Amino acid sequence: MNVSLILIILLIGAFATYFVGDKLASKVALFFSLAALGCSLVLLSHFNAGENISLINAWITQPKISFALNADGLAIAMLLLTVALTPIIIFSSFGNEYKNAKGFYALILFMAFAMTGTFLAADGLLYYIFWELSLIPIYFIALIWGNGDAEERRKAVVKFFIYTLAGSLFMLVAFIYLYQKAGSFLIEDLYKLNLSPTEQLWIFLAFFLAYAIKIPIIPFHTWQANVYQKAPTVGTMLLSGIMLKMGLYSVIRWQLPIAPLAAKEYMNIFIALGIAGVIYGSIVALRQKDLKKLLAYSSLAHVGLIAAGTYTLTLDGLRGAVLQMIAHGFVVVGLFYAAEIIFRRFETRKISELGGIRIQSPKFTSMFLILVLASVALPSTFNFVGEFTVLYSLSQINVWFAVLGGTTIILGAYYMLKMFQNVMLGDANSKTFADVSVNEGISLVVIIAVLIFFGFYPKPITDLITPSLETILNVINKN
Amino acid sequence: MEMNTNLALVLVLAPFLGFLINVFFGKSLGKTVSGIIGTAAVVVSFAVTLFFFSEITQTKQAIQVTLFDWIQISNLHINLGFLLDQLSLLWLLFVTGIGSLIHLYSISYMHDDENMHKFFSYLNLFVFFMITLVMGSNLLVLFIGWEGVGLCSYLLIGFWYKNQDYNDAAKKAFIMNRIGDLGLLIGMFILGSMFSTLDYATLKTAIAGATNLNIPLLSLAALCLFIGACGKSAQIPLYTWLPDAMAGPTPVSALIHAATMVTAGIFMVTRLNFVFDLAPDVQTVIAVIGAVTSLVAATIGLVQTDIKKVLAYSTVSQLGLMFLALGFGAYEVAVFHVITHAFFKACLFLGSGSVIHGLHGEQDMRKMGGLRKAMPVTFWTMLISSLAISGVPFFSGFFSKDEILMTAFHHSIPLYVVGSIASILTAFYMFRLMFLTFFKEFRGTEEQKYHLHESDGLITFPLMILALLATFGGLISLPGNSWLNDYLAPLFTKVAGEEHHLGTTEYTLMGIAVAGGLLGILIAYIKYFKQDNVPESDENITGLTKVLYNKYYVDEIYDVIFVRSVNVLSRFFRDYIETGLSAFVFGLGKVTNEIGFQGKKLQNGSIGLYLFAFVLGLCAIISYIFLAQ
Repeated sequence: MNVSLILIILLIGAFATYFVGDKLASKVALFFSLAALGCSLVLLSHFNAGENISLINAWITQPKISFALNADGLAIAMLLLTVALTPIIIFSSFGNEYKNAKGFYALILFMAFAMTGTFLAADGLLYYIFWELSLIPIYFIALIWGNGDAEERRKAVVKFFIYTLAGSLFMLVAFIYLYQKAGSFLIEDLYKLNLSPTEQLWIFLAFFLAYAIKIPIIPFHTWQANVYQKAPTVGTMLLSGIMLKMGLYSVIRWQLPIAPLAAKEYMNIFIALGIAGVIYGSIVALRQKDLKKLLAYSSLAHVGLIAAGTYTLTLDGLRGAVLQMIAHGFVVVGLFYAAEIIFRRFETRKISELGGIRIQSPKFTSMFLILVLASVALPSTFNFVGEFTVLYSLSQINVWFAVLGGTTIILGAYYMLKMFQNVMLGDANSKTFADVSVNEGISLVVIIAVLIFFGFYPKPITDLITPSLETILNVINKN
Repeated sequence: MEMNTNLALVLVLAPFLGFLINVFFGKSLGKTVSGIIGTAAVVVSFAVTLFFFSEITQTKQAIQVTLFDWIQISNLHINLGFLLDQLSLLWLLFVTGIGSLIHLYSISYMHDDENMHKFFSYLNLFVFFMITLVMGSNLLVLFIGWEGVGLCSYLLIGFWYKNQDYNDAAKKAFIMNRIGDLGLLIGMFILGSMFSTLDYATLKTAIAGATNLNIPLLSLAALCLFIGACGKSAQIPLYTWLPDAMAGPTPVSALIHAATMVTAGIFMVTRLNFVFDLAPDVQTVIAVIGAVTSLVAATIGLVQTDIKKVLAYSTVSQLGLMFLALGFGAYEVAVFHVITHAFFKACLFLGSGSVIHGLHGEQDMRKMGGLRKAMPVTFWTMLISSLAISGVPFFSGFFSKDEILMTAFHHSIPLYVVGSIASILTAFYMFRLMFLTFFKEFRGTEEQKYHLHESDGLITFPLMILALLATFGGLISLPGNSWLNDYLAPLFTKVAGEEHHLGTTEYTLMGIAVAGGLLGILIAYIKYFKQDNVPESDENITGLTKVLYNKYYVDEIYDVIFVRSVNVLSRFFRDYIETGLSAFVFGLGKVTNEIGFQGKKLQNGSIGLYLFAFVLGLCAIISYIFLAQ
């Protein structure tokens, strides 16, 4: 059994979904996404039993490119995040009608395929191909099935596309340079390179541009809020729940171990940039009028902290960052879903037009509140585990980093509770709000269960990722 | 050992089970059943606590229970575990004991509320988190409880969610607490990196065995921890949330905002006494902040007209006195006052709830008066508690407050004076409250007057028990013969050599304190009974009274400095920085476009232009070669 099976399932699923037609598309897509999840869980048990599920096949001989997939604990954790969120995201769309549904759902699976590939790829060029491939489905999803004024949407989405593509081109240049040096794109060969500090700096910056735009780290975030707002909620979930983790993951997998000297030399600058994102994102979130935009800026703040954690180059920082990536993936999907549930009933996301939902639907309110609390990292939620670990690692570098990064627990509580109050509480709204349906409830309950279970017992994930993070740290510290 | 683990789990999880039952089935169970389940859940915890308590008084052995690994950090292994020792059991005793009484009270008090099952589920959840806070064996488990009780406080302050003012109060409480929580986190980080543990027992041994301790760093940790305590226990500068928290139903004010949650800061400092003992500078800060808070809050309490607001400021003030004691390292004295205060303040709040209930929601003392006859039990129990809080001899508060003032006297005369003034003011505003509420003629509407009645047994029974405790609670620590000090002795590193010997100084101090208390009562008597004064209506309040009535305008000052400025910044970022950055990125695209557009013009097919450019280029190359030589 090897890990390429997951990729095959997702790819076949994408085609099957397209060919069964509009009526069945959503169900077939759900089926294949669940199959991928089930298969991944089996793989996980094989991996835990010590079996090697990675593979390397020669692919193109000149230049030497291999079809190499590396399924270590870290990659498997990200794989699981992707294949666990994909069915939730697909299922969450069941209340909506889409024109040309077959295309829509096929693109979702295709995107899951490309993102999974990005997490697994162990060959630079293969990785680059998956990385760029994942941009195409989200481009169409946002452009075709998005909401709001078509012209504005086109502007936002095209900007996003070109911006991220432009950033990634620098990464491609870096890879080509590395290939010249190593004679291979294989990650282990790239890890072995002894690059001079100057070379490392340029490589580091080239990677940084690609990742900073994708994650996004301020000031490269300007595409984010508009695209999150304009994309259909499914697209927003894919972007915020999984895709931006590609950037964070790549920092750990590619940027730091390939250019460790530069990473060490300029560590403080990049940590500071991440923390600046925490504060800036939180403050901007405070006065957003659109619910999805508010969540977009809250996301900016959270990933800023995760990025700061990765750049500490400590085991705690990396581990906390990965835990937080997973926790944030779940909570942000839940929150955007809650926004969608509200939109289905009120047909608006303007915060000032909401309110009075609590009185009509206590169940939905409870679930939304739990998500809000997880998002502000209340202890006993998964998000606390990650955030605590990251903040601890920052305090070991410089206690002021922890203080400034820690403002997220104050500012986060401020904008989230303010939003919750304006959206949910208060006297009855003139419009009626039906409480969550069973379908809607299932997705939310699953997400909440994950967040609370790992809040108390994160050990399985910690044990899964720690060995691979230690390996990466060994590469970083080899000199 | 196995049995201890199971019992400890019962102790923690019984209220959680109550919470789950009420959340999922509360509505269908009906109000009374849901109330009974909620109450029973806490009574179970109380019973288990009693068992453990009787054990420990005999064995004097702390019980440590470890469940499983929780968070792994390279040099820290944090597990989910509990510590049942003298301190936690003492706290559990009054948390679950008073908790049970207040649950019982709420069955009647909340019976008209449509969401009564929600109320009981939140209340149970609160008790669960409070038990976790107290029972945790390390700082991070304490932190689960710490933030958890903050959450429940948020939920219960905003229980009547239709009113956005109440929601504002709830949000304010949560956010101000979180400011403190950041301090607590940073304190934990520092301790964790210094000693590689957050476990109390290990920490204590590590500190005791350490050579070359970095005292400045340890002091910084202590200061950060104290910031956390300031948030939870409503001390300057983080106290303004507590008076607003009175928006919640009155049983909540009694349980969370008087007897239990707000004492968490004192608990934490006492728990970490071995850290604070090594940071004398921080202790001084604690003592000063405690004393100042007690005085400031007492002065504001002098003029408030909302019965619950008076009690709220009184709570802030009394908590200040406890911190005053903590600042001098007199942990057992602070704990003693925590306990007596829990008795009489819970009684006062529940009594005020009985009054408010009787008047159908009226909280303004200007519209009360003469309730003594109609509500005798409420009156007598509140009177006893007022005597206790005023420090009238032989009531519980007399002993505990006296010990605080005596400790202060031995360490710092100025702080002693500040604390004493606060105590005199306390006696005054408490009896102002009593006279305005229960004496003279009723000032409410005829309608209310017609319906005046004593509350039912579920409300008066807890009042009577608490009044009894408020009367005799002082017996646990009599001067010179203190059961409490002996009981708590294993916790503290200091030898109990500081036992006060009752000499002339002590008797004089006691005399002064009693005289001061009586003076306060006397002034209140003259002003509000003899002269029959009733506080002016809001618009007629002027001068110093107005400043006090508006709480020194601290809320307004905070609003301008913090809330508005961050909002202005937010708008600025949103409207200028965000659009500016966005325009810049679009600008890059436009520049590229423009270059392409201009470049296109060059490729216009004119041979002449191409030749011209060719010659120009050739000249440039040739001149470069020549110049380079």
